Amino acid sequence: MTGISAIPPGLPLILGALLLPLLGLRIRAALVLGLPLLTLALIWQIPDGVSLRFTFLEYQLEPVSGDRLSRLFGTVFAIMAFAGGLFALNRARTLELVAALVSAGSAVGVTFAGDLITLVAFWELLALSSALLLWSAMTDQSYHAGMRYLVIHLLGGVILMVGVIGHIADTGSVTFTSMALDSPSHWLMLAGFLLNAGAPPLSAWLPDAYPEASPTGMVFLSAFTTKTAVYVLLRGFPGADILIFVGLYMIFYGIVYALLENDMRRILAYSIVNQVGFMICGIGIGTELSMNGAAAHAFAHIIYKALLLMSAGSVLYMTGKRKCTELGGLFRSMPLTTACGIIGALSISAFPLTSGFISKSMISQAAADETMAMAWFLLTAGSAGVFLHAGIKFPWFIFFQKDSGLRPPDPPLNMRLAMILCAFICIAIGIWPAPLYAILPFPVDYVPYTRAHVIEILQLLLFSGLAFFIMLPYMKRTLTITLDWDWFYRWLGPRAINGLTQVLSRWHTHRRTDFLRHLGHLFGTLFLYHGPRGILARTWATGSMVLWVVILLGVYLVAYYF
Amino acid sequence: MKQHWLVRPGTIRLLWVIFLFVLALTILASLTTEVHGWFRIDGSFAFYAWYGFLTCICMVIVAKLLGRLLQRKENYYDRD
Repeated sequence: MTGISAIPPGLPLILGALLLPLLGLRIRAALVLGLPLLTLALIWQIPDGVSLRFTFLEYQLEPVSGDRLSRLFGTVFAIMAFAGGLFALNRARTLELVAALVSAGSAVGVTFAGDLITLVAFWELLALSSALLLWSAMTDQSYHAGMRYLVIHLLGGVILMVGVIGHIADTGSVTFTSMALDSPSHWLMLAGFLLNAGAPPLSAWLPDAYPEASPTGMVFLSAFTTKTAVYVLLRGFPGADILIFVGLYMIFYGIVYALLENDMRRILAYSIVNQVGFMICGIGIGTELSMNGAAAHAFAHIIYKALLLMSAGSVLYMTGKRKCTELGGLFRSMPLTTACGIIGALSISAFPLTSGFISKSMISQAAADETMAMAWFLLTAGSAGVFLHAGIKFPWFIFFQKDSGLRPPDPPLNMRLAMILCAFICIAIGIWPAPLYAILPFPVDYVPYTRAHVIEILQLLLFSGLAFFIMLPYMKRTLTITLDWDWFYRWLGPRAINGLTQVLSRWHTHRRTDFLRHLGHLFGTLFLYHGPRGILARTWATGSMVLWVVILLGVYLVAYYF
Repeated sequence: MKQHWLVRPGTIRLLWVIFLFVLALTILASLTTEVHGWFRIDGSFAFYAWYGFLTCICMVIVAKLLGRLLQRKENYYDRD
């Protein structure tokens, strides 16, 4: 309960990040690279079970509670913070580094939270630091995108919070364990979790916000928020059937939107949704194999997505351009970036000998084992589609296709080193999956490299490649964006409110004139009788008044006798 | 300016030949392994090849059709 294992492993990242602005460049660099390693060391000190527990407002909080799943996600978050830090070093603004390390720390905090209160606290910190990370790009677009990001995520936080409060009121327990979808509060928690995963209908925040971050910022952003959501879903709602459908929707949403997209980093943003879809589908299937697959895929995905975004970030950093229509032919002058981008693209496509191959196939294998025919056929089509939209499309349009005339060199040393590190991990896991399999939540007896499986995947991917080049004339990039569900709150909502305001204000003006006219009438009438010349304001002679009084009294007297 | 060797028409033709050869090779290779279908149709000859090819064509077509409906100019949201 005490000692080094009781230190929340995310805490050094968060506290250390806050020191960064006060320090000189050299110490700052040491911290940016050292803190993730310290966190990694702390993570592997934490034993199974609760290591830190205290009472707060009569609730038993468990900020440090470890098991295999926590350690797996904590490990990849720490590796990612290191690789992203290396990539961003000396290039990113201080604010960006602070926000990045805080978001990494909060993500690690969520993975070791044993209770729901700690979880919500780190969850909110993750949303705030991610918004700061967006804003640190300091552009007009990033400001607005960050605002929209924050609005959606604070909404998600509130939904989650209401669910958590309901759960605590129902069960009296704050412990974070797996839940069944048997009460409104659990549905709310699921909705809160799914919002962060980029699930429909509120998935547009992801491709809307991430591509507006700085070249280095998006590398961090892609790693933490959605994969933290995958972690909490793995722990909270394993085997919830609805997740299969949500996941399948996300897979094809990602493919179709990425195929239509022109902005290279938005293509990759859509493919995050697509890849998280595979994981969520695996969580929904809910067998040991599929859960292992989802966890392994999250691990592999964080690294190869970071690699893809690093290569896209390098291109953006060196050229200042982000549209496929403006890029092309960069392989001539950026050989390393091209090679790393291709390795990332092959990994995301699950090519044999890359990390995606040994993780994603576990999920489709689990669907086959459970004889979920529809899920299996769609997952297989989805795998082909990944190669189509990310595996070929991304490298093809950036590094090959036409010659854009741009001849930027490869990026500075630290960026190159970060890419080499990620590329190395992608291939190392692909060739030697045993160490990753050893730290998965359940024991693994899955063999990815069988002769049949390798041939099947090669057929699937290479023929998808053939389809890409045959369909190439139809895939010409256009200067367009594609409408998404966010149309409702970015276009329809503001216009509906504007329209309503106009109608109301017209009605108001109308009513007001009407009212004033009636008021004028009333005053006129009053004036007529009570005004200085009104009948009631006339001067009366005393005699006539006495006469009227006598008449009235006389009437009384007569009335009295009857 | 001299063209990079990779983009010369000759190289591209050669790459296509190699690509088609590899495709044929994967089909031939599937003859040598035992087909184990879980759902009948996936055990058919070269299932992964034609299934991957056809679904990709479908996805591109669906995307194109959806694009007609949903694509707007880049400054769609910035106009006001």
